[in-house]
Parts: sequence; structure tokens; C-alpha cells
Amino acid sequence: MKYVDEFRDPELINRAAEQIRRLADPNRHYRLMEVCGGHTHAIYRFGLKDILPENIELIHGPGCPVCVLPMGRIDDALAVAQDPDVIFAAFGDMMRVPGTHGSPLEHKARGMDVRIVYSPTDAIKLAKMNPAKHVMFFAIGFETTAPSTALTLKRAKAEGIHNFSVFCNHVTIIPAIRAILDSPDMRLDGFIGPGHVSTVIGCRPYEWIAKNEHKPIVVCGFEPLDLLQSIVMLLKQLQNDEAKVENQYKRVVPWEGNRAALKAMAETFQLRPYFEWRGLGFISQSALRIRDEYAEWDSEQRFHVPGIRVTDPKAAQCGEVLKGVLKPSQCKLFGKECTPENPVGALMVSSEGSCAAYFNYEHRKANLVASIGVSV
Amino acid sequence: MSSATKIGVSAPKIRFREPQIEMAHGAGGKASRRLVEGLFAPLFFGASAEPLSDAAQLKINGARLAVTTDSFVVKPLVFPGGSIGELAINGTVNDLAVSGAKPQAIVVTFILEAGLRTDVLQAEIEAMAKAAQEAGVRIAGGDTKVVEHGKADSMYITTTGLGAPLPGVEINPQSVCPGDKILLSGPIGDHGITILLARGELDMEGDLRSDTRCVFPMVNAVVEAAGPGIRWMRDPTRGGVATSLNELARDCGLGVVLFEDSVPIHDAVRGACELLGLDPLHIANEGQFLAVVAPELADAALKALKQTPGGDEARIIGEIREQPVGSVLVTTLYGGSRIIDMLVGDPLPRIC
Amino acid sequence: MSTSGETGSQDGGCHMCLAIPGKIVEIAPDNPNSALVDVVGMRRRVDLGLLVEDPPAPGDWVLIHVGFAMSKISEADAADQMRTLEMLGECEAAVQEVRGYGLEEIEEKQSPSSA
Repeated sequence: MKYVDEFRDPELINRAAEQIRRLADPNRHYRLMEVCGGHTHAIYRFGLKDILPENIELIHGPGCPVCVLPMGRIDDALAVAQDPDVIFAAFGDMMRVPGTHGSPLEHKARGMDVRIVYSPTDAIKLAKMNPAKHVMFFAIGFETTAPSTALTLKRAKAEGIHNFSVFCNHVTIIPAIRAILDSPDMRLDGFIGPGHVSTVIGCRPYEWIAKNEHKPIVVCGFEPLDLLQSIVMLLKQLQNDEAKVENQYKRVVPWEGNRAALKAMAETFQLRPYFEWRGLGFISQSALRIRDEYAEWDSEQRFHVPGIRVTDPKAAQCGEVLKGVLKPSQCKLFGKECTPENPVGALMVSSEGSCAAYFNYEHRKANLVASIGVSV
Repeated sequence: MSSATKIGVSAPKIRFREPQIEMAHGAGGKASRRLVEGLFAPLFFGASAEPLSDAAQLKINGARLAVTTDSFVVKPLVFPGGSIGELAINGTVNDLAVSGAKPQAIVVTFILEAGLRTDVLQAEIEAMAKAAQEAGVRIAGGDTKVVEHGKADSMYITTTGLGAPLPGVEINPQSVCPGDKILLSGPIGDHGITILLARGELDMEGDLRSDTRCVFPMVNAVVEAAGPGIRWMRDPTRGGVATSLNELARDCGLGVVLFEDSVPIHDAVRGACELLGLDPLHIANEGQFLAVVAPELADAALKALKQTPGGDEARIIGEIREQPVGSVLVTTLYGGSRIIDMLVGDPLPRIC
Repeated sequence: MSTSGETGSQDGGCHMCLAIPGKIVEIAPDNPNSALVDVVGMRRRVDLGLLVEDPPAPGDWVLIHVGFAMSKISEADAADQMRTLEMLGECEAAVQEVRGYGLEEIEEKQSPSSA
């Protein structure tokens, strides 16, 4: 696969890992945060922690849109979808996320019309195919996905598709990063910057992290070599006491971002004054709602939405894990009441959630001995 | 749940606590295992703690017999490379084959939906007759029921197969040892992805066909080349190779190490999985099998497999080690690794 | 055992960040915003609406995310990156090797201003 396989070349990976070992100061413990859930997933999928030196710690950030979605929002959408004329459509990741009375999948087992889609345009197709029903697309995601939802809203309006609406939970990445840096318990050396969000917003929005917080940030791709190269770049900056924004993912990310995408978003969305993030509390100007010009396609305007607020069980420490303050294994429910099969919090459901990743990787590899012959 | 107490034995321990059946319980992964081990096994098999296998080995009046049953629920009924009828025959024949038995006869049950067109049914019966002939099995009988329109999704097929255990083959996960090699007969994921595309719900198409076929000739080749060294076999259907290997790891109490770069996979399957965020190791196959073979006989087994028609893409994809106990570890060429679990949930509905 | 199921695969990957490179095979004749893209033999219909300012042509590679093309992939930048990766550690290695020749000793012996 072009643009994929060459970035998974084992020989080059070994070289990059070797370079990292040479650059890393043995007297220093590096704490690097990878903000984006896709990076969390890639690190585990490619087993990259196996080839990094012990003194480089990768901390998972809050860039998992499933993980930061408060349970109340799922409850709200499912309440709307109780209406037999409503079809609940969402991406696969959402299907097993627990609401108070069960996940969308469990609701489907009890008779709710729940469909998986792989694109917001699939949801519009569903609406066209089911004229007697209303398709509610449960939209989540950061700025990577928001433009696609934006274009879909524009299409729905242009084509006059009235049995379709979007339940919008899009959030923005910068406030999340700010919340991390504002957190008193945080101690980070640098950031592995979100790759695909940056194809939309570009690299400029991260400049304050370098200038004001004096932390280096490298916008990073998703293949093993991308991650390793970004770590090399971060180590070099730290070695030279620098703090700047660098673009490792140049082949895909334009420094100025995608103007057409930002335009589409500006036309269909506006910032909510505040929005609740699971584990992080209310953050102002951090989420998108649909503009009044598109009110007819906004589920929250078309339907009566109960506005359910659910507090996480006291014992669940999703917030601290999200902020990287606690390791998943340090949460009291981890591995006991909360497992990938019986998740209490969203960090255990989503494959990008730190807890799920940690459970499948570190927790179960705890018995590993040198006999497996993993070369480092 | 106390029928067992009536016959004077202690009540079987029912461990299945879920209040209702969900789709996941039929997906072939963790939930399915919970249902079978927690509800069916205690009530059907009592205190016997034998690991569950693809086929049961019975002894009746001194004669040894392998028997298996399976049901097929597929949408769409017909897809590139096959149809539900073919799956039904091959699926059961393969279960017998990987239990170390030569398939002999099959009985078939149909649950048909009122309104099903006769020509559609006829096409399936023809497909089944052809598949049975190719597999060298007799269709010995069957039953048919019809339910109201809307209650059966066109047709459900259940097959029960009987086979004669091959001499010298002793399938037993307890006999698996560190150092044993894991063989795979061919590329993974073709069936599951073909079905997904055939549904037409995705804006995606590719040149893929289901890999449904009778694997007995290949199994037989391996048995002839390495019979005494075969410890375990399985056909990785729903839940994929990862689920089967997790079952192996659990049943033998050792570690299964899989070399990711050795697993054969067609480009189109890889592309589809990357596009959809699916792991090919969890996708169903209908014409492949896994075998654990003693290291001294593994090369001979692989050679025999490769020389059998259809076995040319067979590979050794991993080995058994002491660690990680009860789990499957996937390793890469550069020393990275990850644990892969059996399927949780079900990415692909109604595929076999 | 049988039956069907619904999705929620634990290994379902991040649909939120999941993006894959694909090659534009053809632009739909009736819709310039729709293209057929090839990903190693898998063909998918992709929306080009986000690339209106610099539309791709057949043969171009794009990054696909939830059915939309997000960005054109720059062959030049990719090649550049591969070169950097191939050189990783090479400069270091060269320096180490030269040090091994003991050349610094010779430099020290020579007086800087020998005129």
C-alpha cells in the first residue's frame, strides 16, 4: 500500500529506534503527550512502546472524541430515537458506548432502529431510502470530522432532504490541550501533535503552546515511522532547549490548513458558549453547534431533547486518566468492574481510549518474560 | 434451573448471568463463548470439563463417530464465490475435517420464510447437492419448516454432519507444547469482506470472492504427512483467526505467538480493512484451517499442504511458547508486539 | 452456532482519526465532487467537496476520511521524508567512525597559528 508500507519498513523502524536511544538523555525522564486518539491506537497497534527506551513515557491525551462525550448526550440522543419513526445512525465506534440504560447496540436488541454508517453521506442516503422515517445522525469527532458533517448539512439543505438531522457533538482540540496545560498536576515535556485534525486547522493554532508554554510540538502522522520520527524531532528540540511547532506530517498537512473545510464549518457551525467534556468538566468555546440557518437539520432544534446530565460513578476516574494524571491501571475500577467487555467509562469502550489500549496491551502483557524473544 | 437435581446429581453451575440474548451472543466471539460455556455446557454436559471442539467424538457399539452441527444465516443469500447452501455444506464438512474425521454424511434442516421464491430455493438445493458431491458426502435426509413472512429472513439452514475419525489423529489441546508450529492454509478475510461488500450498503467494491470450499483434501494431506504430530486444528469462521487462536491459548494454557508479517492476506482485503478500521484477524473465513503441528513435522506438513490444490498460499504463521499464558501475541518484524483478543462484539452481521 | 450480529468491534479502529491514502481513478462524469478512489484494489466512492480549491485529478493521491478526501498527498514531501528517515543515524554514525580514526589528536598537535 503506497504511502503506508514504506512508513512501516522494519529496517527504517529499527534505525529510527536506534536514533531515539542515542538522542535520549539517560539522566532524563521524558513525558511526551500524544493528544490524538488515533496516535494512541497506532502506538498500541504497532507495538511501538516495545522499541522505545524506558525513559521515554508516552502519555495519552484527551483526543478521543468518544471518550470525552458525556453519557448524558448519548442518553439524550437515545431518548429521541425511542420514537419508532426515528433511525439512529452513527459510526461504529459509538455503538457499544454505554448510556444510562444501555448502549445503542443494546437498544437495537430491544427494537430501536439503529444503523451503522461509515460516512455522514451514508446517513443522508438512509434518509432518502426511508422517506417515512427520520434519520438522526449522531455526529462526533474533532475538527477532522466536522467538515464532513458540515458539507453533509449543506447537501441536505441544497437537496431539500427534510427527514434528516444531525445531533452534533463536535468538539475542538485546542481547548482540550489548554485544559491539559492548565491542569496543576501535569508535567509534560512536549506534544506529539494531532495529525488529521491539522489537515483542517493547519499548524498555526499550536503556536501558543510553543511561545507561551515553551513546549515543543510536532504535528505527526500515523504510521510507525511517523511516530518515531516525531519523537526524534521532539528529542532534538528538547536537547537544544527549543520550543517550536514542527510539521512532521508534511506530505498530508498543509501549514495553513484546509480553507474550504474551515469555510464549510464556518457556514454551518458556531461555537457553543460552553460544553461539558467527560472528565474535564465544562470548557468554554470548545464545541460546535449547528447555526440557526440550518436549524431544520439540527436534531436539538427538531426534537425535544431532555438535556440529561449524568455524573460518572465516583469511583470511576475517567477524568484523571483523560488528563494523563493517572495511568489507567491506577483507576480503582480498572480491570475489575470496568473491562473492555463491561465498560463503565468510555475510555474502556473506544479502541483509542487509553484504558482499552492499556488493558489489551500492558495489563495482559504483564506476564511477558524475555523468552518471547522480542528484540529491542 | 433445577432439572438436574431430580435425577440425583448436584445442580450444574450456571454461570451465564445476562438477562437477555444479544446479537453478540451469536457472533462467535467472547459473548458466544460465555453463552455456550455458561448456559449450554452446564445443562447439557454437566460437570464434564472437556474443552469444546468443532465436532464431538462418539463411541457407539465400539464404532467411533464424529458428529457436528451448524446453522447458517447469511445475508445476502448469494454472493461472489458462493451462496448460503454452499456455506452450509462446506461449513459442516470442514468442522468434521478439522476434528480429524473424514466427512461421510449430512442431514439438513430448512426453516423457510413464506413468500420465498421457489427458484431461489432450488438454486440453493442445487448448490448444496454440488458441494456435497465435491466433498464426497451423502446428503442423507432432512426436514423443512415454513414460518410466516417476516420471521426468517428468506431461509435458515441447519446441517448435521457425520464423519469417520481418521486413524492416528489425536486432536487434543492438552498435547500442545512450546515450540509447536502454527500453520494456516491460505489468505484470511476473503469471506467476511465479500459478504460486507455484497450487501451494497457501503460505497465500496472490489474483486473479492468468498473462499468457501471443502478443506478436507488439504487436511488429509497434512494428516498423511504429519499425522502423529498434529495437536490441534480449527476452521477460523466467525471471529476469525484471532478468536480461534485465543480459544487454543485458553484450552492449552500456553502462549500463542503470531508473526504478523507471515499471515497471508489479499491486497483487497487489506485495503477494505484499512478503510473500515477492521482487523483482518477478526474477519470470518469459510475455506481455511489452522493446524498446530510438532516442530519436527511442521515443514513436511507445510510442504504437503502447498502441494495440494488450493493450498499454495499456506504459511507457518506462528508458534507456541510458554508465554503469554492463555493469550495471543502478535509480533512484527521490528520487534513491536500487541496482544490480540478474541472478537468482542461483532463487526460483521449475518456473514455465515 | 450461528446468527448475525451488529458492530462495535473492539478493534474497530478510530473512525474519528482513521484516514487512509487512496489513488483517484476517475472523477464522476456527472459530478465533479465525486470520485472513484482505489485503495489496493478496493474501490470506494469519495466526496471531493473539501478539496474544491485545488481539486485532484485522476492519478493523484488523497487522504480519505469517512468518505471524504481531506488533503492531497504530496509525492515530493513523502519522498523527502523517506530520504530523511533513510539518513537517520547516518550522520551520527559517520561522525562516530571518523572519531575512531583519532584525527583530533593530529589537529591538537598542529598549532593554530603556524605562520
